[in-house]
Amino acid sequence: MFLTISASGTPGRPATDLGFLLHKHPDKAQQFSTSHGTAHVLYPEASAERCTAALLLEVDMVALVRRGKDKGRGGAPDAALAQYVNDRPYAASSLLAVAIGSVFSSAVKGQCAARPELPGQELPLRIEVPVLPARGGAALVERLFAPLGWTVTARPVELDERFPEWGASRYVSLVLEGELRLSDALRHLYVLLPVLDDGKHYWVTPDEVDKLLRHGEGWLEGHPEQRLITSRYLAGRWSLTRDALERLALARLAEADDSEAEELDNAVDEKEDTEERPVPLAVQRRAAIVDALRTAGAARVLDLGCGQGQLVGELLKDVRFTEIVGVDVSVRALKEASRRLRLDRMPERQAARVALMQGSLAYTDRRLAGYDAAVLSEVVEHLDLPRLPALEYAVFGAARPATVVVTTPNVEYNVRWETLPAGHVRHADHRFEWTREEFRDWAAKVAERHGYAVEFIPVGPDDPEVGPPTQMAVFHRHDQHEAPAEGSGHAKRNEHDRHHKHDRHYKHDQRNTTRTHETPKEAEAV
Amino acid sequence: MTTTSTTVTVPDLSLVVLVGATGSGKSTFAARHFKPTETISSDFCRGLVSDDENDQSASKDAFDVLHYIVGKRLAAGRLTVVDATNVQPETRKQLVRLAREHDVLPVAIVLDIPEDVCAERNAARPDRAGVARRVIQRHQRELRRSLKHLEREGFRKVHVLRGVEKVAAAEVVRERRFNDLRHLTGPFDIVGDVHGCRSELESLLTALGYGLVRDGSGRPVDAVHPEGRTAVFVGDLVDRGPDSPGVLRLVMGMVAAGHALCVPGNHENKLGRFLDGRQVKLSHGLAETAGQLEREAEREPEFREQVRAFIDSLVSHYVLDGGQLVVCHAGLPEKYHGRTSGRVRSHALYGDTTGETDEFGLPVRYPWAEDYRGRAAVVYGHTPTPSATWLNNTICLDTGAVFGGKLTALRWPERELVDVPAEQVWYEPVKPLATEAPGGADGRPLDLADVTGRRVVETRHLGRVAVKEENAAAALEVMSRFAVDPRQLVYLPPTMAPCATSKEEGYLEHPAEAFAAYRAEGVRQVICEEKHMGSRAVVLVCRDEETARERFGAAEGLPGAVFTRTGRPFFDDAGLAGRLLGRLGEAVGGAGLWEELDTDWLLLDAELMPWSLKATGLLRHQYAAVGAAARTAFPGALAALEAAAARGVDVSALLDRQRERAEDAAAFTQAYGRYCWPVGGSGEDALEGIRLAPFQILAAQGRSLAALPHDEQLALIDRIVESDGAGVLAPTRRLLVDTGDEASVAEGTRWWLELTAAGGEGMVVKPLGAHVRGADGRLVQPGIKCRGREYLRIIYGPDYTRPENLSRLRIRHLGHKRSLALREYALGLEALDRLAAGEPLWRIHEAVFAVLALESEPVDPRL
Repeated sequence: MFLTISASGTPGRPATDLGFLLHKHPDKAQQFSTSHGTAHVLYPEASAERCTAALLLEVDMVALVRRGKDKGRGGAPDAALAQYVNDRPYAASSLLAVAIGSVFSSAVKGQCAARPELPGQELPLRIEVPVLPARGGAALVERLFAPLGWTVTARPVELDERFPEWGASRYVSLVLEGELRLSDALRHLYVLLPVLDDGKHYWVTPDEVDKLLRHGEGWLEGHPEQRLITSRYLAGRWSLTRDALERLALARLAEADDSEAEELDNAVDEKEDTEERPVPLAVQRRAAIVDALRTAGAARVLDLGCGQGQLVGELLKDVRFTEIVGVDVSVRALKEASRRLRLDRMPERQAARVALMQGSLAYTDRRLAGYDAAVLSEVVEHLDLPRLPALEYAVFGAARPATVVVTTPNVEYNVRWETLPAGHVRHADHRFEWTREEFRDWAAKVAERHGYAVEFIPVGPDDPEVGPPTQMAVFHRHDQHEAPAEGSGHAKRNEHDRHHKHDRHYKHDQRNTTRTHETPKEAEAV
Repeated sequence: MTTTSTTVTVPDLSLVVLVGATGSGKSTFAARHFKPTETISSDFCRGLVSDDENDQSASKDAFDVLHYIVGKRLAAGRLTVVDATNVQPETRKQLVRLAREHDVLPVAIVLDIPEDVCAERNAARPDRAGVARRVIQRHQRELRRSLKHLEREGFRKVHVLRGVEKVAAAEVVRERRFNDLRHLTGPFDIVGDVHGCRSELESLLTALGYGLVRDGSGRPVDAVHPEGRTAVFVGDLVDRGPDSPGVLRLVMGMVAAGHALCVPGNHENKLGRFLDGRQVKLSHGLAETAGQLEREAEREPEFREQVRAFIDSLVSHYVLDGGQLVVCHAGLPEKYHGRTSGRVRSHALYGDTTGETDEFGLPVRYPWAEDYRGRAAVVYGHTPTPSATWLNNTICLDTGAVFGGKLTALRWPERELVDVPAEQVWYEPVKPLATEAPGGADGRPLDLADVTGRRVVETRHLGRVAVKEENAAAALEVMSRFAVDPRQLVYLPPTMAPCATSKEEGYLEHPAEAFAAYRAEGVRQVICEEKHMGSRAVVLVCRDEETARERFGAAEGLPGAVFTRTGRPFFDDAGLAGRLLGRLGEAVGGAGLWEELDTDWLLLDAELMPWSLKATGLLRHQYAAVGAAARTAFPGALAALEAAAARGVDVSALLDRQRERAEDAAAFTQAYGRYCWPVGGSGEDALEGIRLAPFQILAAQGRSLAALPHDEQLALIDRIVESDGAGVLAPTRRLLVDTGDEASVAEGTRWWLELTAAGGEGMVVKPLGAHVRGADGRLVQPGIKCRGREYLRIIYGPDYTRPENLSRLRIRHLGHKRSLALREYALGLEALDRLAAGEPLWRIHEAVFAVLALESEPVDPRL
């Protein structure tokens, strides 16, 4: 990885002053040992008119990987292959920022013992970073550097000219020109190189906030992209280490498949639909589900596909839910749910109401039998359609809760999402999204096959043309009505109430069993 | 039954409750007649919870512990003796309940010893010297009071040993349970529900090879098989059909002669109650039987009593053939096998019901067989189905003979079905026969308990293979969220270890090491197979869509499945998968292999190219990105260094190094580029550019082909490839090498050098045969990969060949990878063997799931 810093000068103010400022003699090649390899400083040109210092960091990948914390058996490094085939030796990443901080430490601080007047002077500078990883592309590079007084030239780098269909890489070749103090220029680089990098760092230290404040002093507070800079600089560092262990097993499976880890490890959505940034629709959806559960009189509830536990948390607030079991197939999601719900610090009596466990609806599971209700909120659309019958049997055939609440996106409504490109699903992992008719068709068949009645309730604004954004089906097991079929007044009244509550109400009632209790004697038949 | 004899008989699985006052010698008696581990004493449990065996205040906790231990032992099927005074009804009641919970018989042995003797014995023991005389007296009183109630309390046998001499002379005899016929190994012919169809039964027995023996009136009274086979009847011999007495006479004769065994059906049970003179509704065909028996009684008055005695003698179920076979009428879960209790009998006769009734007013049966995970095969009847099918190692043989279906028998251990059609509809069914055996082809999902947690999978080739809980958890997520239907996912390929690290200059891997490894194991004949660089694909190809749908539950339009190493569908576009499978199926047909291998489907292990087809994301974000960064970084850096050098600054070493690194980076870009090319047009051209290179035929209908030597494998595959006119299928080049012949080894090395110089990934060296064992009897590696020098840049980084890097990278730890490769190999073979044997889906899935779980074990990913 490599960058050059050039200054132009005049006979009165020679460009070679750069050598004093950097505290490195222009006629020598010097090397410095840094934590990630050897840094070399040398000057390809050094005249009064123009002086260029080059910083070249030879990253020792073999050592870098060997030092990695996640060791497998026998001391072998254990992490995704990504580490061994890595752009760190070539691209100007956070490692280069670290090298700038250590090799040019006095210049960064604006100190120059020999010529104390120099650091305060603005110089005509030209900085070239041939390979800069830039998440956000050339446009973001412009937005980050231009407000600081730089003239920015950022040229995208093509991935591979043999395969033009692969498009551009995440790198740009960057040239910055401007009259700035060298110290400011270096501090810009120190902060903004990691910000533009894609956040995969090897180093995590607790004093990052201090470093950011120190290096951002005088320019960061007024920067129009200050929030983005701060959050990116500090983000990633914590989350990367937090649950690394759960992620490794999945990363290894992805690797066995020549896939990126994110392709499999996407159960925890870091960007969308989290409690920190509640999406109004998600809130409405949870309210509708809780409402349906209350109406059904459920006390012991399964949240199947509980994800990060938002609904479990909602249910905990109402003491009528005496047992709440969150089930998810992702261990990582469960860890996250447990952390959010603060299960380890919850008072005993309250903690006794809630349990989280790994489970899968591709299999029948005896632990799930005997509950009042089960919720499948935004779950079915994450399964490949051919695998849906397995879920259907596991829930409606085997677990058979008295009430089942299913929510799923209504694809018709997608045209109302302004930010969603036409024909796109709402989430990358959605294997399908149903129209209202498709959903009702499926639900009616499920109800018929398993002896449930089903009603449909819209969630969110019910658009006259395309319906609501979320569709919800509530299934009631037939033997739950207090009297069978021809019905007691109570059951009828109940349905009547529901009818008033919701504007739209579809009902499919498929009764195919009559219930009487048989004695084993009568069971002798056949 | 109460006895006072000194011969004390106890069933070999029972809960033996000793009853006697303190000092009556219970512990001495237990020590003399039972193993120390069989006896659990209350004193011992008191000691466990309180450090004092005589601390009566700890009794409650002590009995909790005692009950817990006893429960665990009974669940495991072990005879257990409770050594406590047990003179109070309340304590005995708890033990009887415990025995019933585990379906074993409770037996009481009462030691009735004079008070003086007890007192004397206590006095002689320092820790009991303080026991008051009145305690002994109370115990004696309670014991006396208890004696006459013991049987009513539920003890099936009560042995009373009165006096010191009787106790001293007592001898404990363990007797086998009636249902335990494990010592009988058959072979057996198990016959389904006959329901009075005597003529069909005669035909079936004849078809099975039995010779009928007739009495003076020509009525069959016995049937004998020349090879000494034993018939086993699953019950429901009577009712509905035309000649229930005739069937009974024949079966009773066979049983009496030792030529048959018979378990009772619910119809025998009801007939028995009828014959006992109890109030029984003459429904469900009993009226017919009653009438037939009445007519029979006119000729043969004693027959009715013989039938009554016969039915009375029947045992609810039998465990046969070393415990591998269980026969009963209505099915039996594993925990009831060999047990004795009312509910075991009830399940054996009536099965389990959900408590609901269906639209015909008949009880809804609980599908117990779907939950069945036992090792023993359960053969039963009771539920009429059109044809007998195995489900989870259980099979229902009731094929509705009396309803006009057929009468079916199962040959054991051959597992062959033999049937004869009904001569007519003898009785109209209340409802149509189920179209499927319970849980049949509609693909009930598997149970979570089959895969989660720490598990041990028994394999034929490598014994027990363990799966850790955390690895199972990771596999569960991938299996549930991404994998294809488990019915299609019958195999996952194992990982493969590379050769030992080469010391050859400039090489990390070299075939010399692979040849040497096999030579050291005593394996001479090896085959070198070209390693295609694409993505691994397992291909299940069926002759037609119907086979795919019926046999593997495939979706519409898909004659099979193509999936990745982790079981995910290879193609997002099912249409593309369908096209590829269609092409492959035609090629298999063109080669004549459907007929030759007598199969409607083949399971192939293959490599699908180009690499860029599946790995585009990885290529763009990882490999090509690194190439682009290097390509863009070096010109500037080299120019700067050259300019500095021109100024007289000494940068020569750094400049040389950077030049070499620039070359390495260019070589890296070259390396990955070889495995990428554009594919696909639209419609008919969708397969354009896609190449499938099958290198092993894993399985066909009814057999695993994994044992077929690799040269024969490849010869078959060559024929498939040749018959593909469209060029979608790619051949696999190969070379046979004799590891003991230097010239042959040199030829192998030369071949590898050529292959890799031309851009090939490398090769895999395999023993020619399959599951080869080494000199020490252990399984040898099924293959060793030798990857090319240039290819390895993709793995170890662009400049791994630099001497300072190579010297460090040579420190590789191969042990774990090799062990993993063997374990996964054994699991894969196991899955194929289970598939071939027609074992239940959960058994196949267990092995496949374990492969996926092992793949998530931490191991150096570069190996």
